[in-house]
Amino acid sequence: MRRPQDRALAELRARIARLGGGGMCGDGVLPFGIAGLDRKLPGGGLALGCLHEVAGGGDGAAAAGFAAGIAARTTGQVLWCVAMQDLFAPGLEQAGLPPGRVIFVEAGDDKAVLASMEEGLRHGGLGAVVGDVARLPMVASRRLHLAAKGTGTLCIALRRWWGRTGASDFGQPTAAMTRWRVSALPSEPLPVAGIGRARWRVELIRARAGECVDIELEACDGSGHLGLPADVADRSAAQAGRRKAGG
Amino acid sequence: MWPIDRLRRQAGAKPAAEAPLALVGRDRNRRVVTAADPAAKMLGLRAGMPVTKAQALVPGLVIEPADPQADAKSLGRLALWVMQRFSPIVAVDGADGIVIDATGAAHLHGGEGAMLDALTGRLALSGVTARAAIADSRGAAHALARYGGAPVFVAPPGETAPLLAPLPLQALRLPPAIVMGLHDLGFSRIGDLTGQPRAPLTRRFGPELCRRLDQAFGTLAEPIEPIRPQELITARRAFAEPIGAAETIARYIGKLVATLCAALEARGLGVRRLDLICHRVDNQVQTVRIGLAMPQRDPARLTRLLCDRIETIAPGFGIEIMTLTATLTEPLRLKQAASSLIENPAPDLSGLIDTLANRVGAKAIYRFAPQPSDVPERSVRRIPPLAEDMGANWPDHWPRPARLLPRPEPIETMALLPDHPPNWFSWRGVRRHVRRADGPERIFGEWWKRDAEQVAVRDYFRVEDDTGARFWIFRAGDGENAATGSHRWFLHGIFG
Repeated sequence: MRRPQDRALAELRARIARLGGGGMCGDGVLPFGIAGLDRKLPGGGLALGCLHEVAGGGDGAAAAGFAAGIAARTTGQVLWCVAMQDLFAPGLEQAGLPPGRVIFVEAGDDKAVLASMEEGLRHGGLGAVVGDVARLPMVASRRLHLAAKGTGTLCIALRRWWGRTGASDFGQPTAAMTRWRVSALPSEPLPVAGIGRARWRVELIRARAGECVDIELEACDGSGHLGLPADVADRSAAQAGRRKAGG
Repeated sequence: MWPIDRLRRQAGAKPAAEAPLALVGRDRNRRVVTAADPAAKMLGLRAGMPVTKAQALVPGLVIEPADPQADAKSLGRLALWVMQRFSPIVAVDGADGIVIDATGAAHLHGGEGAMLDALTGRLALSGVTARAAIADSRGAAHALARYGGAPVFVAPPGETAPLLAPLPLQALRLPPAIVMGLHDLGFSRIGDLTGQPRAPLTRRFGPELCRRLDQAFGTLAEPIEPIRPQELITARRAFAEPIGAAETIARYIGKLVATLCAALEARGLGVRRLDLICHRVDNQVQTVRIGLAMPQRDPARLTRLLCDRIETIAPGFGIEIMTLTATLTEPLRLKQAASSLIENPAPDLSGLIDTLANRVGAKAIYRFAPQPSDVPERSVRRIPPLAEDMGANWPDHWPRPARLLPRPEPIETMALLPDHPPNWFSWRGVRRHVRRADGPERIFGEWWKRDAEQVAVRDYFRVEDDTGARFWIFRAGDGENAATGSHRWFLHGIFG
């Protein structure tokens, strides 16, 4: 049963979205399947047909896994543009993105990466376009966002930088719909020596028409889905399995 | 070498490769050797030597009659092949050479050096020994290819003069009489001539000498008259007034493409390589070549690809003739569009691939495919973006990092031998304490590839530091036997 205030609010939101143009897109959303995350995002998931930014820092390995997991859950081919290739395809496959679904473009520099991303977004036949870029000026991000909106293709800009200038560049505003930071946390503790399932701190630093989130999650599984750690959720799949095995 | 290579190619294995072989032709009424293979040259045979003397020098000499006409015809076919694969402007150069204008075509092959390597590699595979050079002028490239040191050479732009100076005078394409005369005067290298006053040389040897010098140093233009086979589909347009504006060029590209596509459709062909050649009023030629991943004859798409490259055309004082040639064509049948009743057809990505490939180069756009190898950097290979899906995947037993360093980087460690992970390691100046680790995963060298890998071993560990960063490190060697590796540690990849 919806209260009248809720309905009024929803109507108001729809009107603002129509006026705002750059805000909500009518292409639907891609939910993470994690209630704590989806609840904070407008529409209940990552908006398709929009630009999203993921901060990777220097190595950008966790961010690459995060982006690969999102791209894996879209349908269709994925275009991944890089300046210099250092992605390892078996690793991406373990994040859910098989080699047959990714076309790589090794463009050489940031400018060519951005141009290739825009070209891919304008095509419309792709599921997602991912790009490793160091600098993302406002104008370039707006172009990407508009190109993504035109075709409904999901766009992820993976920000990588080395040194302080790159970090301060990441502080500059862009036209991205959401901005994430993914960093590695100590893995799931195991009863024996060894490394358990990887864990990430996933921070949603900025979301247009949404709220910020800071949450600890398990890294993408083989189908690109994130998981809620067992000691955070009451009973995650892993925990349930172990209990069954133990008892 | 061309006549010998051609003979060996066409005759198959008939003259055995070990036996010295010479070709014999007629010089007035003497029978002389016109070409000799490396084995015969080792034994002292030279072109121009009388046959009787050659036979006396080398008892088992195999002699075949020379056939200059067949050589020239065959060279013409080779030039056509080069034109279809490498560059729109190609011509036969003398009796044993091909001259290529690489401007506007090298980007499709990943740069000039890569293009020459690919060209000579392909020729070597089919049994043709080739030497190649790229330089600022046609004369310089001719000289460097024939008389330079390296078989494949790319001269840096603007540095032709010092490279030409030590070459012999024959490299200038002069008649033998002039070369002999210059030798008598004490000139033997090109560098000897450059500082000399021109007037006495011209009075003595005629204008040919200075013309060739200027052509070699690039001060005198020497256009290449490209081969244009009749059977290629071509659309041509001459303008009463020279054109120069980008919009005008784009408009006429559209008209040419429409004409060409109509001709292609009439023959049921699609284009794989398309050349646009613009003749300028100052007799310079500007070329644009585009390559396509699949045969195409969609006017809108071809126009778009050509118009993307308009900025590389320098119109100068204006363009008076534009020619569009379908250099490489393949049959393209009309296909029935898939019915949407059953399933959504997979979107056609070839247009996007073509646009990107013509912008960043065809080699820079690819897909990864599994390669059966345990060594991580060899377990992936690049395949063309539209290649069939292999269906195979990598084995999923062990976690693999999301990013792999281009080459393993040495790290400092403290570790127990033989099979413990390190306690700490320091990489790029940051010391990290290892909190947890998994391993070792032992990878053996591939002895069937290189002898050095017969006993080589790598022990891979997955380690996690205090902050949670996960790395993929390995020790070269098994920790016991020094023959298996240096026992130094390397960082190879980073996990998410």
